Amino acid sequence: MANEVWVVLQHREGQISRISWETVGAAQKLAATLGSKAEAVLLGSGVGLAAAEVAKSDLAAVHVADHDALRAYTPGAYIGALASTIQSAAPAFVVFPHTYQTVDYMARLAQAVGAGLLPQVTAFQGEGGDLLWTRPVMSGKLQAKVRVKGEGTVLVSVQSGAFPADGVVRGEAPVKPLEVDLAAVKPDREILGYEEVGGDTVDLTKAEIIVAVGRGVGGADKMAPVEALAKALGAEIGASRPVIDNGWLPRDRQIGSSGQTVAPKLYVAAGISGAIQHLVGMKGSSVIVAINKDPGAPIFTVADYGIVGDLHEVLPALTEAVRAAKG
Amino acid sequence: MKIAVCIKQVPNTEARLRVRRDGRWLEEEDLPFIINESDEYALEEGLRIAEKTGGEVVVFSLGPDRVREALRKALAVGAARAVHLADPAFAGGDALATGRALAAALKRDSFDLVLTGSQSDDVGYGGTGSVVAGHLGWPHVWLVMGVELEEGNRAAKVTREMESGVNEVSRVQLPAVLEIQAGLNHPRYASLKGIMAAKKKEIATATPADLGLDAAQVGEAGSRLEIVSVAFPASGKGAQILQGDAKAAATALVEKLQKEARVL
Repeated sequence: MANEVWVVLQHREGQISRISWETVGAAQKLAATLGSKAEAVLLGSGVGLAAAEVAKSDLAAVHVADHDALRAYTPGAYIGALASTIQSAAPAFVVFPHTYQTVDYMARLAQAVGAGLLPQVTAFQGEGGDLLWTRPVMSGKLQAKVRVKGEGTVLVSVQSGAFPADGVVRGEAPVKPLEVDLAAVKPDREILGYEEVGGDTVDLTKAEIIVAVGRGVGGADKMAPVEALAKALGAEIGASRPVIDNGWLPRDRQIGSSGQTVAPKLYVAAGISGAIQHLVGMKGSSVIVAINKDPGAPIFTVADYGIVGDLHEVLPALTEAVRAAKG
Repeated sequence: MKIAVCIKQVPNTEARLRVRRDGRWLEEEDLPFIINESDEYALEEGLRIAEKTGGEVVVFSLGPDRVREALRKALAVGAARAVHLADPAFAGGDALATGRALAAALKRDSFDLVLTGSQSDDVGYGGTGSVVAGHLGWPHVWLVMGVELEEGNRAAKVTREMESGVNEVSRVQLPAVLEIQAGLNHPRYASLKGIMAAKKKEIATATPADLGLDAAQVGEAGSRLEIVSVAFPASGKGAQILQGDAKAAATALVEKLQKEARVL
């Protein structure tokens, strides 16, 4: 059907993730725009309770594939479970949470079923068949408006934090088994295990004040003004991804989608441009200060206060001012 | 092992960006272009595996003439030769169209391993390598943080990044497509000798017809996505920008944090 919207939920050991709820809300909104009701799809093993939880939403149905063969995620297993059912039902949109699991298999699923691929949307506007989607480009420095052309199903993933998790419309949905051709469920990697990164992890989630530093700091040997400000404020030091990848700070200092999610009362972002992967990890902070030499940096869109300038000039001045204010 | 590495040339995201007059993309005049960050790590990983196993790296890229500069750089750090998918018909492709073209180019040769970056820093679809794998019928892993060859180079133990500080460790059979995450290794710099040697290395070109593809299957024509416009994000609720030199702005900020925000 040309107006059917499916939403594929992600869970961890039967717990529906927060971004999945956000995605349910987005799918409900999309379906309403198209004049239909969204349907949820849940894959896994022992996901009955999770399905019952999802069924308390305003959905046309919750389709559940509960098989031992789907216990561990692999692209081959998930694509095998979803491909034929997407092809035969041909929904207009299949909506996914934009997670590292989704990105791992969504493009290949699109290729396998001949669907369109629209990753990482943050918003949509318009009506019926004429939708305009918003997604970040240039590492989040710009936003693009994108239109889908041609016929057939489109796979869409929804950026974390773009739609409210409490925006799900409540209701009652029937839980139905999803027919899966188990012969098509073929794991294409042998899962050996999952390992925690780090070890002696710094828990930034408990910090009241964080001074976070980005690529703009310029090197591991240029950290002194950051350390001085953190000391004056009694703050922990955090960082955006490029700082970690360059080895300027250890990985347990990373804030963002592949690091820690923090919400301190004060967050000072210095030399961080504000890629969306970083913003999702810190935008819940009570007060955000951005220091960046580029006035167009996206970090200023989430900040409460900003200073446009080189952090190597601003941070020493700020350290002085903090010391003076604290007496 | 014979390894293919697919790289993309992208605008330097650190550069001052301007929107083109028609609003559909960036003004590319005076815009500096570089090899996409995660692709540089993919190239380095390819070179290391080739050195360890006594093989070679062939580098592939799709795009206009400026892409030859990126390919030349890859040759200077050690790739043996390059293939440039050079035709205006390739331009403006989404992950599906670009993946289709790259896969067709890769199929003309035979490789033991294909490496790509995990995501481009410009359009950022993050799916091109997976689409290539689908066309080749090979396993793939996205967001790779570690590669160890096993079983006499017939398999690889692959570490993949997941959310919240957890990595997935798995074994894939080769040939496979591995989509490399930035930070996996330390990409090397080109030596003067390497730069000189690169001048003599081959950059072959390929058109859609060379790859057995119709121009309608690639680039913008072969894509389901069309970028209508790009813009800098609106200033949200809007940060209060504190004016003056560093000292004046810092002093004003501390006063705001104490008296208005009450967080100090």
